[in-house]
Amino acid sequence: MEENLSNQQNSAADNSNQASVGEQERLGSLIAGGAMVLMGLQQRSLRGVLMSLAGGGLAYHGMAGKKSWKDAVQGKLESATGMGQSIRVERTVTIQNQSPETLYQFWRNLENLPTVMKHLQSVTVTSPTRSHWVANLPVGDAIEWDAEIIADQENRLISWASVEAADVENSGFVRFQPSSHNRGTEVKVVMEYNPPAGIVGATFAKLFGESPDQQIADGLRHFKMLMEAGEIATTEGQPHGQR
Amino acid sequence: MKAVCWHGTNQVNVETVPDPKILNPRDAIVKITSTAICGSDLHLYDGFNPTMKQGDILGHEFMGEIVELGSAVRNKQIGDRVVVPFTISCGSCFFCSRDLWSLCDNSNPNAWMVEQVMGHSPSGLFGYSHLTGGYAGGQAEYARVPFADVGLFKVPDELTDEQLLFLTDIFPTGYMAAENCNIQPGDTVAVWGCGPVGQFAIRSAYLLGAERVIAIDRVPERLQMAQAGGAETLNYDETEVGEALNEMTGGRGPDSVMDAVGMEAHGAGLEGFYDKAMQAVRMETDRPTVLRQAIVACRKGGTVSVPGVYTGFVDKIPMGAFMNKGLTMKTGQTHVHRYLKPLTERIQKGEIDPSFLITHRLPLEEAPHAYEIFKHKRDSCVKVVLKP
Ligand SMILES: NC(=O)c1ccc[n+]([C@@H]2O[C@H](COP(=O)([O-])OP(=O)(O)OC[C@H]3O[C@@H](n4cnc5c(N)ncnc54)[C@H](O)[C@@H]3O)[C@@H](O)[C@H]2O)c1
Ligand SMILES: [Zn+2]
Ligand SMILES: [Zn+2]
Repeated sequence: MEENLSNQQNSAADNSNQASVGEQERLGSLIAGGAMVLMGLQQRSLRGVLMSLAGGGLAYHGMAGKKSWKDAVQGKLESATGMGQSIRVERTVTIQNQSPETLYQFWRNLENLPTVMKHLQSVTVTSPTRSHWVANLPVGDAIEWDAEIIADQENRLISWASVEAADVENSGFVRFQPSSHNRGTEVKVVMEYNPPAGIVGATFAKLFGESPDQQIADGLRHFKMLMEAGEIATTEGQPHGQR
Repeated sequence: MKAVCWHGTNQVNVETVPDPKILNPRDAIVKITSTAICGSDLHLYDGFNPTMKQGDILGHEFMGEIVELGSAVRNKQIGDRVVVPFTISCGSCFFCSRDLWSLCDNSNPNAWMVEQVMGHSPSGLFGYSHLTGGYAGGQAEYARVPFADVGLFKVPDELTDEQLLFLTDIFPTGYMAAENCNIQPGDTVAVWGCGPVGQFAIRSAYLLGAERVIAIDRVPERLQMAQAGGAETLNYDETEVGEALNEMTGGRGPDSVMDAVGMEAHGAGLEGFYDKAMQAVRMETDRPTVLRQAIVACRKGGTVSVPGVYTGFVDKIPMGAFMNKGLTMKTGQTHVHRYLKPLTERIQKGEIDPSFLITHRLPLEEAPHAYEIFKHKRDSCVKVVLKP
């Protein structure tokens, strides 16, 4: 019984860890391909898929650690009430006149990200694969977490996940892919957030000031502006009459 | 500095506001020598854009002298005399590099707002609501111009401000609208609206080889100005326009038709009442009276060119006529940058002198009065140039 529930709690991750070779290929090509990634993932957790594709070589306490029976029941309750559901975002932009190499290089130095992701206060790289993230909240304190790079394919893909005990568990990947007929490089970001139990999507969005979807969209747009035009368009600081 | 600020429907004030500053490396600050009021400004003045904020600085047709440059602008100098295209364009994105400047990907900081409604965002525009970026406009003493290296166009000394000012918008707009008509030798072009855009469209259609231009409006002095530009005219208050156009073109209809009026077209009778009512209850945001007439009037296989601005939704477009007559529609905010050089050359060669349009020259301080007479076509007003 305990084993059974525990499996359900971690079902997505475990399923993908146990995925057949054919399934592995399907998920791999989904992440490398031109389709809508999240549609193809459906019930699976992004984190689980990313972990399994990375070969499971990384020890993940948060994922691999045994859940207690109580946690498992809580998990069942949450999914039954629609609480604790993950929030998923997928956004793509095409960037002109920049090779996947250049774009990858910018992103691989995670400390660059606050330049384009305005909700981030800072990212500090603490080891070749670890980093410490601080994000602004519209009210109250900033939130912080540590993240680990799960996969790093030069000039193609970087995936990461928050490590255990993050307030907002999150994982995702960014992919750089030349588009056909010299239309530039397609940059896709797919993210999954697991807000703390009891916080549903709308509340979560309020907590962040804008929806996670909007955050990623804005971040990608700023990235594109910076790479194509050399600067991020703004009107902050311009004059106006009496408001 | 002094600037013309929006304060709600039919309300603009000249206020003292802080001077603009360089905000990005590719910016410049321009000291404005001449600035105009556009028909597009009237849509804001009339309260049709819900993303205007109190105190927004208006104006997108302006020129002047560079007084300050951002660190990344190398091809311009302080003191250069320049015109400023109303569309803000980065010069390097997919669209800019294909000469589709008003579709620039990188100049609208509020692109997300537009994407909710339109799917994708056009370029940023000066002084034209927060939907197109919320950029402070040029009905002021100074303006900040982003992407100054590609946005500012140096003009020849021998031409006056009055000859050059309309390169910022309405001359290219009329010209592009005529180009969009795909004019062939022998063609007749019908132009709805004899405002500034219509006036340039008429003259551009001739420059591009039209045999006849028929212009439609009801304001006598605007019709006269259209005639002076070579057009035959129809007063829509006195004539059934569709029938008249058919009779004037041997029953074929005009080869191309142009809507140089846009979303606030004046509609007569029951149809006009219907659109006003729909707009009032927000079932429809724009009044497409002219677009409807133009589609029905156009000859089979012809082109519908739409420089007139629409921002939202319209009702009862004769899609059956459009489809079954095999028409083509071409439209867009003007790709101003594309036309700066060729149209300046046409002015230099004396093929056209854009200053014909100006009926009023007023100090910037008189902007509130200028908006009133332009909106109500009082005092024979066709185009106002403001002097800061
Ligand atoms: N596409 C662009 O980039 C661009 C640029 C500038 C202006 N515009 C738009 O072009 C349009 C015209 O601008 P303008 O400065 O000439 O404005 P305007 O308001 O001065 O002129 C509009 C004219 O249309 C006439 N009119 C109204 N209803 C009519 C009808 N039913 N039939 C025939 N004529 C009618 C009016 O009497 C007026 O003379 C506006 O919608 C403006 O926003 C578009
Ligand atoms: Zn204009
Ligand atoms: Zn561009």
